[in-house]
Order: sequence, then C-alpha cells, then structure tokens
Amino acid sequence: MTEYHLRTPLSGADVEKLLAGDVVFLSGPLFTARDKAHALMRRAGSPVSLEGAALYHCGPLILGDRVLSAGPTTSGRMARYTDEILRMGVRAIIGKGGLPGEPFRSRAIYLAYPGGCGAAAAQQLRVLGVHLLELGMAESLWVFEAKEFGPMIVAVDAHGKDLYQEVRRSALEQMLG
Amino acid sequence: MREKVVEATLRALQRAETTLPDWVLQRIEEAAARESHPLARHHLQFMLENVAIAKAKGLPLCQDTGLAIFHVQLGRDLSLDFSLAEAVAEGVRIATREIPLRPNAVHPQTRQNSGDNTGPGMPDIILDYVDGHSLSLTAFPKGAGSENMSLVGMLNPADDPIDFIVRSVAKRAANACPPLFLGIGLGGSFDLAARLAKRALLNMPGESLEELQLLERINSLGIGPMGLGGDTTALGIKIEKAFCHTASLPVAINFQCWANRSATEVIQ
Repeated sequence: MTEYHLRTPLSGADVEKLLAGDVVFLSGPLFTARDKAHALMRRAGSPVSLEGAALYHCGPLILGDRVLSAGPTTSGRMARYTDEILRMGVRAIIGKGGLPGEPFRSRAIYLAYPGGCGAAAAQQLRVLGVHLLELGMAESLWVFEAKEFGPMIVAVDAHGKDLYQEVRRSALEQMLG
Repeated sequence: MREKVVEATLRALQRAETTLPDWVLQRIEEAAARESHPLARHHLQFMLENVAIAKAKGLPLCQDTGLAIFHVQLGRDLSLDFSLAEAVAEGVRIATREIPLRPNAVHPQTRQNSGDNTGPGMPDIILDYVDGHSLSLTAFPKGAGSENMSLVGMLNPADDPIDFIVRSVAKRAANACPPLFLGIGLGGSFDLAARLAKRALLNMPGESLEELQLLERINSLGIGPMGLGGDTTALGIKIEKAFCHTASLPVAINFQCWANRSATEVIQ
C-alpha cells in the first residue's frame, strides 16, 4: 500500500505503476459525468477532450460557482458505458461501489472515493467550468480543479486486480463455510 | 398551525442534511475504535471528518440530499384545517432553495426534474396517529445509492429468511455506502413488507437477540466500509414483523447508508 500524489491528465506510466490497494490524491482538472451525460456522450461524443482524463462519477450540489457537496455516486449504473468512455482516452474513473474490472486491463484504473463524504470532497474542489448544463445540476458535466483530491483507493488496477470482487468472493465463501 | 408545519419541515431538513443523530455518530466512532483493518479505519475516520466539516460549515454532508421522506406522528386531539401534505411540500420547496438541496425528484419516465424536490407522490409522508395534541415531524431524506439496493423477496415459507438477508447484503452492500443500517420487514404482504422495512429504519436501532445475532453475522462477512474489506459492514439492524398468509413469506430489506440522516421537530 503506497501513497501517491499525482497530477491530471494522467500518463500511461502513472496508470501502470498504481496497484490495487494504493492510496491516491489527485490534483488538476477532473470531469464529472453520470447517467445522462454518459448517454449523451454515447450519442454525440464528449464536449471536452478526455485524453488522460480522470472522470468522476458525481452529481454535485453547486451554488453559483461554489461546490457545496460533491461525493461520488454509484458507478455501477454507468457500467454499460465503461469501454467507450475508456476509448475516449479516460485513464481513471472515480466513483464508489466499483465497476467490472475487465475493461480496465492494460489501460486504466478505478479509484474509490469514500461515499457520502460530499462536504469533505467539496473542500478539495472548485468549479472551472460546466458543459451540458441543460441536463440539470446533478447530471451536467462539471469541470473541477482538484487540489489533493482524496484519499482514494485504487480498487481496480490495470493489471487485472479488483478489490471489490475479492471482498465479495471472500464474503460468499465465509457465508457458505 | 400551517405556518408552524412549514417551518418545522424546513428546520428538520436543515438539521438532517447537515448533521447526524448523536447515536449514529457514536456507532461510527465506536466502529472506528475497534476496526482492525487499517484501510477500513481510515475510511471511518474520514467519514467522521466529513461529518465535522458539514456541521461546522452548515453544508449537506452528502451531495445526494435525498428523496423527501417524512414520518409524522399526529396527536388525536389535533384537528388540522389544512392539507398536511401541501404544508410539508411547501417546507421542502423552501428548504431546496435555502439550505440548499440538490433537486432530485424527477418524473419516472420523462426524467423531467421538478427543480424543487416535490411532485406527484413527493414528499412521501408516513403518518401515524398517537395520543395527545402534539405533532411530531421527522425528516428522513433518503439517498438513492442505498435505496437502489433495497429489495422485496417473496420467499417460499420453507426458505430461511435470515439466509436470504445475509446473501442479499453480501451481494449488494458495496453499492449502498457501508457500513449500513438495515431495515428489515418480515411478513405481511408484498407492499406491507416494504413499508415495515422503511418503518424499521425509522425505529433504529434494534437491540433484540435476533437483531444482534444478524448484525454479527453480517459483520463477519468482512465486506467493510465502502465494500473494500473490514470488520464494519453494518452498524445497526431493526426487524419489524407482521403476520403473513400461510402460503407466503415476504421479506423486505431497506438499505440505509452510513450517513443515516434524520431529525425531528415537535409542534405542541
């Protein structure tokens, strides 16, 4: 378990060196997207370049240009879009609850931010801009400037390790045993 | 009186969104003190830090400020000459602007957002009549992460409902922001089981042997805070029961995330 402080956009080498269980803090631009933004990007492409990007599954609470509360949303709802989002260049998906690990192999990582910690997350973020505002506050694509955004856990790494799956498997074994 | 209900709704929501009930906070603190996995302990400590920041700055502790659910206990000696549902809805609309809350309520198909957290069926008010002449209103904003993992199982009476609960929690916990509070509805009918499960969350925590044993069994799964491993998977379980048909065994599980928000205002 190593602690890393990295800047976005992320490089291939950044992704390569991060292992499941490592702790990560990110600084630099983050892009939010949840259900509606994903559906729209599938149809019309992304309104921003996602090369090397960290994509945050988050529907924030914003007042004017102030981030009030901005913890992660459940990533599982966006699982159907993982492959095409990663093909747009995204190197890290941030959320909670995890995503199936296979699409991440050799190209990206999944970072878990502590769920429900929206007030703490808001202290580490400020608004740089917004796209797709017509989708509403929670569903818009917000561009945040992150400052030491974390702690996040590498839950799925690019080498095929998936912490959620390991925990789930061991829970099922414990139940049967 | 109507004005008092509107104000009580606003005050209860304000407190529910920015603080946690003392007993909930205490359970998280106790869990952090005894948790043996370092990563899990860090998660619990970060949750406590988040609660402190939210309280100090008056910010909603989670960006998912929830669906507007209320429990109202109405004194039998009171007679209201106004619509309780409309007064609570007005309080929700004001709270959405003033706290502020994230607008979460949408039409189930068009997904059109009302912008003020109200709409047909929302707020949802669970109403009980009690002795006396006071009105007690509990705001219980419910986030989608945990609500989405909830389920009703229509079991065969030969099935073991406790096994069904443990298996469902093992599969679903990670998405529901554990450590969890679990409201269990056992018996009744399809819909009564679900309502019992919601009421169980309002009557937390349970202290019966059956509830404590189930809590221990769920914690032995090792799912941990946020589903990333640890001793702390659930912080409280309450089971509410009703008689059911001899041919059926309904079991409902209402998941509640660690941020078990609620606040009560009483109008005399």
